[in-house]
Amino acid sequence: MKIYLDNAATTKVDPRVLKAMSWYNLNEYGNASSLHFMGDASHQAIQEATKQIAKILNCDPKGLIFTSGATEANNLIIKGLMRASSKKHLIVSEIEHPSILSPAKELEKEGFSVSYAPISPSGHINIKALEKLITKNTALISIMAVNNEIGTVQNIKKIAALAHKHGAYFHTDAVQAIPYQKLNILRDNIDFLSLSAHKFHGPKGMGLAYINPSAKIAPQQTGGGQAHNLRAGTYNTPGIVGMAEALRIAYKERDQHLAHTKELQALLLKGISQIPGTTLNGSLTHRNSNNLNIIFNQVEGEAILLDLSEKGICVSTGSACSAKSLRVSHVLKALQIDKNQLNSSIRFSLSKFTTKGEIQQTIKALKQTIKRLRSFTALT
Amino acid sequence: MSLNYTKKVLNHFLHPKNIGEISKPDGQSEVGNPVCGDMLKFSIKVKDGKIQNIKFLSFGCASNIATASMLTEKVKGLTIEKAKTYDWNKIVKDLDGLPKQKIHCSILAVEGLKKAIENYEGKRIDTAPKVKK
Ligand SMILES: Cc1ncc(COP(=O)(O)O)c(C=O)c1O
Ligand code: FES
Repeated sequence: MKIYLDNAATTKVDPRVLKAMSWYNLNEYGNASSLHFMGDASHQAIQEATKQIAKILNCDPKGLIFTSGATEANNLIIKGLMRASSKKHLIVSEIEHPSILSPAKELEKEGFSVSYAPISPSGHINIKALEKLITKNTALISIMAVNNEIGTVQNIKKIAALAHKHGAYFHTDAVQAIPYQKLNILRDNIDFLSLSAHKFHGPKGMGLAYINPSAKIAPQQTGGGQAHNLRAGTYNTPGIVGMAEALRIAYKERDQHLAHTKELQALLLKGISQIPGTTLNGSLTHRNSNNLNIIFNQVEGEAILLDLSEKGICVSTGSACSAKSLRVSHVLKALQIDKNQLNSSIRFSLSKFTTKGEIQQTIKALKQTIKRLRSFTALT
Repeated sequence: MSLNYTKKVLNHFLHPKNIGEISKPDGQSEVGNPVCGDMLKFSIKVKDGKIQNIKFLSFGCASNIATASMLTEKVKGLTIEKAKTYDWNKIVKDLDGLPKQKIHCSILAVEGLKKAIENYEGKRIDTAPKVKK
């Protein structure tokens, strides 16, 4: 048995994406910067893919910078903007991905000041509290569109407007948003945005940074001058083509995908709620339809994960025991849940490939796992 | 990345030995690691200076469960004196090793055993008839 419910970590590549990429690995493999006809074919493919992506995200194609993933995009945007800015204050939320929090820490060491916007127990940004953090010196506000652990969706349009009202730029890490949320960069006045292709059935090691062409950014990787001097390195033609195809499929088939995951999410939640002593982390409203994050009282997350893994089911946990650092997830901590429950959470993340049968099998296995581990729990 | 547990750890995690609580125990303990948040409870029955029975309850990771399970197997039948000096390195060895960040689980298990013995010895003194001078 192999049931994959860890789609917030990464997803299976859509076979159509692989097919589109294959051509640029095996046939048109020229370097897009080369001057001969093969270089031109590669260049044309990138132009085409860029146009396609810009159309889907509704943005200026000149602002699309291809990267090795969202980690690089986040680093480029956060460090690149702050280091080029005369204003020295950055605001991020307390539940951002480490690829935002870690660059923010680096900047703090360099002398920038960073504020952390709090979330409410529902998992959403407290906009009033956020506004209080803004100063005249605030250069950038970075708030993720959807949280990767609890799937809660932030009102990025409203936060972008708030940032602009105070003369700050707005960035969103939209990695988990596709295709669950509609992204519209120009309409919503988003200055910067990051994506990673492998989270929506595209290839790993491929992502993008959307960078408002009028903003000043210091490149974080220099070399041959590619990507308008913002990100040097040979263009990853198959990756770019694959990401464009994955994005195209994601939004073309969005309605079916959403209906499917919504149905499975409800089914899984119903099954879990038959197990006593379970709580949903974050609210169900304004939440991605592929995510459930559940507290199982009296049992530790890593033990649940491993027990399920032995049964062929892949999930993830934010428990301290599972982390090399032995630190509990900063997202769960920010939710202010009970101390004894902090280490008892499991994340289930679904995809378009998840089936009803898999959810039913998971519920069955989960009931056994929780029953077994609770049979000798030290917590009352 | 995998959790990198040995077959023995997995086996003890999936089929832990000596789980539960002894009713009317001679000694008991509850220990926790504030860093990872894990907990263990032990109860022991002592007869003729030996650990006749030992059981545990766990709120913890697979390694927490496996180390406690292995420990209970190994100290059952030992004299109190021997059990008091039980070395956590032995647990690690008997399990064919633990991931580096999980070594502390075995230390926690041994701490739990020692506290249960302390509790037993404390009780024994308390309940011993007072000798009049
Ligand atoms: C919200 C969020 N941001 C950024 C990343 C980083 O993406 P990548 O590892 O592909 O660079 C991830 C995925 O791990 C994520 O979930
Ligand atoms: S991680 Fe601390 S006891 Fe297991």
